[in-house]
Amino acid sequence: MALSGMRGLSVFISDIRNCHNKEQERLRVDKELGNIRTRFKNEKGLSPYEKKKYVWKMLYIYMLGYDVDFGHMETVSLISAPKYPEKQVGYIVTSCLLNENNDFLRMVINTVRNDIIGRNETFQCLALTMVGNIGGKEFSESLAPDVQKLLISSSCRPVVRKKAALCLLRLYRKNPDVVNIDGWADRMAQLLDERDLGVLTSVTSLFVSLVSNNVEAYWNCLPKCVRILERLARNQDIPQEYTYYGIPSPWLQVKTMRALQYFPTIEDPNARRALFEVLQRILMGTDVVKNVNKNNASHAVLFEALALVMHLDAEKEMMSQCVALLGKFIAVREPNIRYLGLENMTRMLLVTDVQDIIKRHQAQIITSLKDPDISIRRRALDLLYGMCDVTNAKEIVEELLQYLDTAEFAMREELSLKAAILAEKFAPQLLWYVDVILQLIDKAGDFVSDDIWYRVVQFVTNNEDLQSYAATKAREYLDKPALHETMVKVSAYLLGEYGHLLARRPGCSPKELFAIINDKLPTVSASTVAILLSTYAKILMHTQPPDVGLQQQILTIFKKYESYIDVEIQQRAVEYFELSRKGPALADVLAEMPKFPERESALLKKAEDAEIDTAEQSAIKLRSQQQTSSALVVADHPPANGFAPPVNNLTLVKMPSQTVSDTQESGVSYEEAPKPPVEAPKENGTPVEVQNRDTNITEINNEIKAEPPSTSHSTSPGDLLLADLLGPLAIEGPPAVEQNPAQGLNANQSPAGDLALATLDDQSNSVQPIVNVEEKFHILCTKDSGVLYEDPYIQIGLKAEWRAHHGRLVLFLGNKNTSALTSVRALILPPSHLKMELSSVPDTIPPRAQVQVPLEVANLLASRDVAVLDFSYAFGTSLVDAKLRLPVVLNKFLQTITLTPEEFFSQWKALTVHSLKVQEVVKGVKPMPLSEMANLFMSLHLAVAPGLDNNPNNLVACTTFFSEATRAMLCLIRVETDPQDRTQLRLTVASGDQYLTFELKEFIKEHLVDIPRTQVAPPRAAVQPQLPTTAPATYNDPASCCQDVHVEQPRKSWRSVVSMRILNRERA
Amino acid sequence: MTIRFVLFVNKQGQTRLAQYYEHLSLDERRALEGEIVRKCLARTDQQCSFVEHRNYKVVYRRYASLFFLVGVDSDENELAILEFIHLLVETMDRHFGNVCELDIMFHLEKVHFMLEEMVMNGCIVETSKQNILAPIQLMEKTS
Repeated sequence: MALSGMRGLSVFISDIRNCHNKEQERLRVDKELGNIRTRFKNEKGLSPYEKKKYVWKMLYIYMLGYDVDFGHMETVSLISAPKYPEKQVGYIVTSCLLNENNDFLRMVINTVRNDIIGRNETFQCLALTMVGNIGGKEFSESLAPDVQKLLISSSCRPVVRKKAALCLLRLYRKNPDVVNIDGWADRMAQLLDERDLGVLTSVTSLFVSLVSNNVEAYWNCLPKCVRILERLARNQDIPQEYTYYGIPSPWLQVKTMRALQYFPTIEDPNARRALFEVLQRILMGTDVVKNVNKNNASHAVLFEALALVMHLDAEKEMMSQCVALLGKFIAVREPNIRYLGLENMTRMLLVTDVQDIIKRHQAQIITSLKDPDISIRRRALDLLYGMCDVTNAKEIVEELLQYLDTAEFAMREELSLKAAILAEKFAPQLLWYVDVILQLIDKAGDFVSDDIWYRVVQFVTNNEDLQSYAATKAREYLDKPALHETMVKVSAYLLGEYGHLLARRPGCSPKELFAIINDKLPTVSASTVAILLSTYAKILMHTQPPDVGLQQQILTIFKKYESYIDVEIQQRAVEYFELSRKGPALADVLAEMPKFPERESALLKKAEDAEIDTAEQSAIKLRSQQQTSSALVVADHPPANGFAPPVNNLTLVKMPSQTVSDTQESGVSYEEAPKPPVEAPKENGTPVEVQNRDTNITEINNEIKAEPPSTSHSTSPGDLLLADLLGPLAIEGPPAVEQNPAQGLNANQSPAGDLALATLDDQSNSVQPIVNVEEKFHILCTKDSGVLYEDPYIQIGLKAEWRAHHGRLVLFLGNKNTSALTSVRALILPPSHLKMELSSVPDTIPPRAQVQVPLEVANLLASRDVAVLDFSYAFGTSLVDAKLRLPVVLNKFLQTITLTPEEFFSQWKALTVHSLKVQEVVKGVKPMPLSEMANLFMSLHLAVAPGLDNNPNNLVACTTFFSEATRAMLCLIRVETDPQDRTQLRLTVASGDQYLTFELKEFIKEHLVDIPRTQVAPPRAAVQPQLPTTAPATYNDPASCCQDVHVEQPRKSWRSVVSMRILNRERA
Repeated sequence: MTIRFVLFVNKQGQTRLAQYYEHLSLDERRALEGEIVRKCLARTDQQCSFVEHRNYKVVYRRYASLFFLVGVDSDENELAILEFIHLLVETMDRHFGNVCELDIMFHLEKVHFMLEEMVMNGCIVETSKQNILAPIQLMEKTS
């Protein structure tokens, strides 16, 4: 029955075999494909045997090289057949005809999975084999768990498990995540204890792939590999069926040693000793026998052992043994062994320092260069190239040049390049180098690129003692009958530059040099003609006194080439002709070429590319693997402390230049805001501790204000510069004694000294700041860098950058003492409208060190709440805790903008909703001229627009506010002042966001009012008399409307504040 | 990935079996086979069994009128592959008895099945002739 079913296939194959030519074969194939297509269209009439037969025919046709683009559905459908013969054909032919991207495979994923998890072993094997050969990503995701179960299941027979191992390898390559490293290291260790050699062979292949990607996860498998090798080397418990010509499973031995080469080293002394015993036995115990198969198998193991020894960088003695062994191999008659001996010697050069030992075999290697086999010749060339150095370069290069005479075409290019590279790298003398390259051009000019002879020119130009010699050699080569064009180029160039050095030698007069070069002119290409023309001009220039006959000949040539078809040639001819008629100028223009700058050789770069192209890829790969291993080792020891190290003295040294920049900025700010706001009112959101501190500092400020105003005004930018310069350097100052905290205060603060001392009496264990923290805060509200806090032990500096609604601050924590500050802690207590992220702070600040702590800020919406830095540290028995307000205030997110009067008024009129345009009469204002108020506004990033308001007593300003909620929002401000009473004014603020309008109004008031007081609604009658004076008729605000707004203001403000609090809480 | 393809070619250059373990288009296959076959068939017995071709290394062996060519990566152990070819031939010989080119042609399915039992996903999966031939004997019984 089966025989009759396959008879059609046999007949078809016989027909194909009997075809006399390709055309007949094609006709027969087309006929058969037509027949199969017809039968498949009428699928109902097909018996299982017939379908199987046609599928085999399709495979045979496909194998012959014909495209089979139909019948895939029928092939795949056989996978679902219930009987083994049909299913087997389906699986095998699908593996051959389809690839992983074929859509038909998606249809049978479930069927395949059912076969894999089913109980029929033969079906399991068929399915695993197909998935292992053509499984794609979808198979990987669907089947990996089931395949893993099979592999580690103790109830599965070896015949299934070995296929599961390689199937899993395929799925792992498609999707590395299917193998969870954490769980797999132990499983792999167990799998490597497998007794069945078939399963072990597959498992080892899987292991090689896993360990090549992640060696540090599989260290516990290393002893297992050594044990496998011991078992095989001693032929313990090896079934006869796995012994190949008396050698226990040579393929498993090779694979196991390959896996061991992925471990960078072997630390365990027991494993190391056991392994080296095995390797020693292999290296010393392998003999050449007559049976070629046994010989090959034993040497396969031997060469892998050699590779492993090289990788482990074993003792010098063992390496010497290896080289001696390889030395024997490169001399034997068997060509395979010779080939591998040469190849492994080349690899050995890369991994260890045995160059001197290898050199002893140089003569034998050179003999291999003339081997009848091109594969062996190529290996010999690579080895000679790799083992070349200064001591043997002369001999090797000359051998290569000699070989170039007889080498076949395929080898000549590589040979020439290698000879040129070696000559350049290891030239004992430059004279020799010139000789070699000129010989190279002579023998293999087609393969000598311009880079090479350019290099010769560079060397000769840069070395005066070479010039005469090079010119002499060039002259000699020009006498040769069959001269390569490259030789013409380089000879002509050299003689043009240096031919005059040979003037007194026989046959080297200018006239003679010209004649011999000119003989080549009719036969060379345009690029060479260009060089020859330059040479003629140079010869002419060097001929002194002028030779009229020679001059006439050369000028005639120039004249002739003035009409040459090539533009470059034309231009040179015309220029040289004209130059030749101006005697003195010729010498200047055509003077000797200056020296070339030294640079990396273009040839060496080409060599790197060449190495990739040649078969040395394996050596490069080996080196790359080792580098990868080293990187992994380094990664095993990450820094224990994740923090950046503290700033060292070098950074401190850099501070002065940074300080200068800060000072310049500070100077500008100082001039813009000579009187920064002294204080801000307390907020409910501020922690209680800060409130207490504020109270104390306020009292200190009151004392300071008692100073005569002229004293503070006398401060000049120069003094400020000096103060700022000394600021950072204060870190280096001597530590203050704890009992005298006031010592650091300057004379101007002496009135505060008594108060500070009084405070000290009350809190004898606390450390007091030596600067006015509140004042520092206010200064930083309008400056972007400066000191935030300082006490006897630490100084905290601040530097900020702002962009739109983002800010980037850096805190500088400087330890002023010669002992460390410990238990350092810094927390940010952010208000709800700011998103703040503080980098980690180290627990300890070393002596006299400064730590930088970045702080990222994002403004979410308008608010006057202030962020607080909760900072604490320990010094000896003192524990210092400071809660510092951070100058992240509303004006940091304001950006000045210039509007035209039309723009301003149109925006002003557009804001008609009451909550968007808020007006308020402010009392208790600090008296100041309008110009001073304008300066104050500018320091807050409110752009004052002069002349926009007709009333000279009024002030108009505009700005843009940035936050995450409002993005960029325009704000308009108008201030109406009364010259008669500077302590009150009417303030109007408008924007497109009611919360922003309210907050900005309050913010401006805080800076205008001298001391914060509770707002009281003024009597109605008191306001009435001022309105006619201050209200300009040009605005839309009627007097009666103003009165109404004013009367309602307190209640509206209260409602807005409450709404904002609720909104903030909801946002949080 | 180590073994990338296995080819059986006769001395006239006709392909008798082709198995690829990575996806190549039909044109790529034709070009590759043509070039490699020309290279290997021109070599003599005095030359080694390893040929470099593009990014492959081809290990080949001749038996009577058939050449067995295996394409591998450059860093593969060549002698191990060379003996694997011999193992394959011995396995076929055990099954067919004095295997020849005609056996391979007319029993294509069996040869494919043997190869599938020995190589999977480019890796050697089994080296025991006994285990390799067991499924084929099972197939003959059931069909």
